[in-house]
Amino acid sequence: MPDQLTITVNGAPHVVQATADTPLLYVLRNELELNGPLFGCGQEQCGACTVLRGQEPVRSCMLPVGEIAGAQITTLEGLGTAEDIHPVQQAFIEEQAAQCGYCSPGLIVTTAALLWRRPHPTDEQIRAALDGNLCRCGSHARIVRAVRRADELMWGGDGQ
Amino acid sequence: MTRDAHDPPQRATGAAESQAPASGQAETASSQRSFWGDASTHLDDWIAIEPDGTVVAYSGKVETGTGVRTALAQIVAEELDVPLDRVRLVMGDTGRAPDEGYTAGSMTVRMSGGQLRKAAAEARLALLERASEMLGVPREQLEAQNGVVSMRDAPEQSVSYGELQGGQPFARQISGTALVKPPQEYRVVGSSARRVDLVGKFTGAPSFVHDLRLPGMLHGRVVRARRPGARVLALDDSAVRDAQIIRLGNFIGVVAEREEQAIKAATQLQVTWEERTDLPPMENLYEWLRQQPTADHVVAASGDTENALRRAAKLVHAVYEQPFQAHASIGPSCAVADMQGDTLTVWASSGGVYPLRGALADLLDIPVERIHVIHMEGAGAYGQNGSEDVAADAALLARAVGRPVRVQWSRRDEFIGEPKAAAMVMEATAGLDDDGRIIAWRYDVWSPTHANRPRNALGLLAGSEVREQMPPPAAFIFGGARNAPTNYTLPNQRVMMHGIMNPPLRTSSMRTLGGAGNTFANESFMDELAYAAEMDPLAFRLRHLNDARGRDVLEAAAQTAGWGETLPAGEGRGIAFACYENDEAYVAMVAHVAVDEATGALRVKRMVVAHDCGLIVNPDGVRNQVEGNVIQALSRALKEEVRFDAGGQTTVDWESYPILTFSEVPEIEIVLINRPDEPSVGAGEPATVTVAAAVANAVYTATRARLRRVPFTPERVQAALAVR
Repeated sequence: MPDQLTITVNGAPHVVQATADTPLLYVLRNELELNGPLFGCGQEQCGACTVLRGQEPVRSCMLPVGEIAGAQITTLEGLGTAEDIHPVQQAFIEEQAAQCGYCSPGLIVTTAALLWRRPHPTDEQIRAALDGNLCRCGSHARIVRAVRRADELMWGGDGQ
Repeated sequence: MTRDAHDPPQRATGAAESQAPASGQAETASSQRSFWGDASTHLDDWIAIEPDGTVVAYSGKVETGTGVRTALAQIVAEELDVPLDRVRLVMGDTGRAPDEGYTAGSMTVRMSGGQLRKAAAEARLALLERASEMLGVPREQLEAQNGVVSMRDAPEQSVSYGELQGGQPFARQISGTALVKPPQEYRVVGSSARRVDLVGKFTGAPSFVHDLRLPGMLHGRVVRARRPGARVLALDDSAVRDAQIIRLGNFIGVVAEREEQAIKAATQLQVTWEERTDLPPMENLYEWLRQQPTADHVVAASGDTENALRRAAKLVHAVYEQPFQAHASIGPSCAVADMQGDTLTVWASSGGVYPLRGALADLLDIPVERIHVIHMEGAGAYGQNGSEDVAADAALLARAVGRPVRVQWSRRDEFIGEPKAAAMVMEATAGLDDDGRIIAWRYDVWSPTHANRPRNALGLLAGSEVREQMPPPAAFIFGGARNAPTNYTLPNQRVMMHGIMNPPLRTSSMRTLGGAGNTFANESFMDELAYAAEMDPLAFRLRHLNDARGRDVLEAAAQTAGWGETLPAGEGRGIAFACYENDEAYVAMVAHVAVDEATGALRVKRMVVAHDCGLIVNPDGVRNQVEGNVIQALSRALKEEVRFDAGGQTTVDWESYPILTFSEVPEIEIVLINRPDEPSVGAGEPATVTVAAAVANAVYTATRARLRRVPFTPERVQAALAVR
C-alpha cells in the first residue's frame, strides 16, 4: 500500500501517495500530472526522464522517491511556462530545436544545468554535457545551436 | 512534370510506400485505396469556419514530429487569406477527419496538402460568393484579406468569415474549379513559420498520447517472449500483488491502479514460453537470405544486358549488405483505450487511424462503426513502430476490465515488438567500354517486405497471441525495389527484385523502405566503377546523368563541399546522388571523413547536402527534415544493427543498440534549391538514402578500403583495411 510522502517539486511542497521505492518519474507524472519528464527507457540510458535535483540533472526513471526527501526537484514545468518562459526554452523555440520533441524536456533541463554551472561553454563542452541524452530524430545540430543561443540570452553575447 | 496531388501513384515499383501483391504485379486500385484511404470530395469534410472566424482544417494525415501540422496550416492560411494562427488542424480522427489512409512515404504535404489547397480555394470562393450576396456587390469587386471580405474600392464595406459562414456548413463539393493561388503570390507558404506545437512541447503542455490521463484510468503492461507469438507453456502468478492478470491465449497482460504496480506485476509474473531455436545464425545472415524461396520480378529492363556484359572491356562486380535495423523511437509506444458498452475508443499514435480501426474490429470482432480511433502524437516513429500493436494491447485490456487502460511499452517491448527495417543483399555487375562508359548494368536485390501494416487481427502482435497462431508471412512484398533502378542513363540494364517470404524477424516500413539499402549499393557501385574507369567520381556521375535537376544538386553539393581540394592524409571526401523513388526529390551529398587506421575508428567531420524537393512550403521545416535524415541515416550507417541468436532477438536496449550521440554528429551544411514551378514533393525521407554511400565512398578516398556492409563499425573498417 502506498505511503504518504512529502516532496518538493518546482518550488512547492507536495504530499503524494507512493511507496518509497517508486521511481520518482511515476510520482511526477501520475501524482503531480507533470508532462515534462517522459518515460524513455527506465534504465537511465536515454535521458528523456531528466529532472533537476538542486541544480544537478538526474534521471528520474530509477531514482526512488524515498531518496529525495529534502531535495528541491525541478522539472521542465518549473523552469518556465509559455507565459513566463525561461531563456533556455526561449532559445529552443527560436532555433526550432526539435522534431518530435520527445527528448526535448530532458535536453532543456540538462542545458539549464550546464549553463548555470558553466557559462559560455565550448561546443565540445556542450556536446559532452548532452551526450547522455539521446535524440532519434536527428535534431542535434539545432539543439547545439539552441544551447549557444540560450547562453547568449542568459549570460550575454561575449561567449564563444 | 505535373501530377494530381490526390491521385495515388500508379507504378508497380518505386511508388510511395504501398503494398503490392507478392507476385510483383502492378498495384490494384483497391490496394491503393486501402493504403491511401478513400477521402471525401465534400468541402465540409475538409474545412469549417467557426463563429469567431477560426478556420478548422481536417486532415486524415497525422503529425509524426516532422512539422506537417504547421506546413498544412500554412497551405490553408495561404489559400484562405487568414493569418496562420487562425488555422487549427484536426488530424487523424475516425470520428472527424477524412480517410487518407496512412501517413507515410513523405506524402503528407503532397497528398493532404494538395487536397487541402483545393478545399481551401473552394472555401474561399464560397465565402466570396456569399459575401457578394450579402453586400450586394459583384464578386469581382471583392477581395479577401485577413479573414475579412471587403470591397476593393470601399474597404469599409466588409464582412468577416465568421459572420459569413461561422458554424454553418458549406454544403458543396470541392469542384476543383476554384482557382488556387499562383506560387509567386505566396506569402505564408514558402516562409519559415515556427512550428505550432513546439512551445507546448518545450513547456510541459500535454503533447503525447503518453500524457493522456482519463478519469478512472488504470495502467496496463504486457508480458512478451523475445520471440513474438511464442506459446505460453506455464504461468505462475504467485508473486504478483496489486494487479489483475489478463490471459487471452498467448496474450498476457497485467492491469493495476498504479503504474508502478503494473510494472512490478509484469516482472513478478513468471511465464514459461515455448522456446524455438530455429533462427538462422547471424554470421551467415546474408547467405541465408539469398537461399530463401523468393518471389521475383523485373524492376527495370532495357537493351540486351547479358550481351553487353560479354562485350565489355572491363567488368566490375560487388555485393553490398544492409542489416535489420530498428525505428528505435525515443519514447516506447503507448496507447489508451476505453470500452464502454459495445463502443471502443482508442487513443493511439498510429500513422493510419482508419486502417487500425479495421484491424481492431477484426481482433475484437465488433463492427468498425463501434470503434473510434483518435490520433495523438507519439515519439518520432519513422515508419511503423509499436504504435499499432500497443493500441491492440490497450483495447484488449480495456475490454477485459471495463475501465480506461493506458498501456506503456517498456524499452525492451519496443525493441522486440516493433517491426524492423528489412535486411537486404544487393549484387551488382557492370561493364565498361574502352572509353570508361557504362554499357551494361545488372542489379539484383534480395529483401523481405518493407511494408506490412496491419490490415487485420493477425497483423497485430496481440492478434497472433490471442488466436494462438504464429504471425503469418506478409501478404505482400513491397518496398525492397525502391530506388533499385538509378536515374543514370544506362543503355543496357536489368534490375531484379527477389522478395523473401520468411524473414527471421518481422519487418515493416521504416523511412525510405528499401531506398537506403539500394542507394548504398548503387552509389557505392558508381564509385567503384569510376575508379575502375580511372575517372573522378563526380565527373563519372555527371557523364552518365542527363537529368538537369540531378546535375544541379550534384554540382551544388560538390562546389559547396570544396570537391577536389586537397585534404590531410587519412581524410577523404565521398559523393553520392539519388532521385528519391526515381521521380521525387533530388539529393546529392558530400561526406568528409577521417579514418584512424590503427583502430578503424571513423569520424564523419562534415556533410554537405544539396536538396531539391520542388516548391518549398517551409524552408526551415525542410532544413530540419534534411538535417534529421542525415543524422539518423549516419547513425544507421555507422552503428545500427539489430542482432539475434537462434532463439530470438538479443537487441533489447540502448546498450545493445547504440545510436549516434551529440559528440559524434558532424557539421552539416545544406543547400536548398527551390523550384516554385515544380510540385512540392516530400522532404521527410530523401536525404536518408545517400548517406551510407557518401560515407563509404569517402572512406575509400581516404584509405582505398571499400566498405560494403552496413554498419561501418571499427571492426568492419579494420577488416576492409586488411583486404585492400
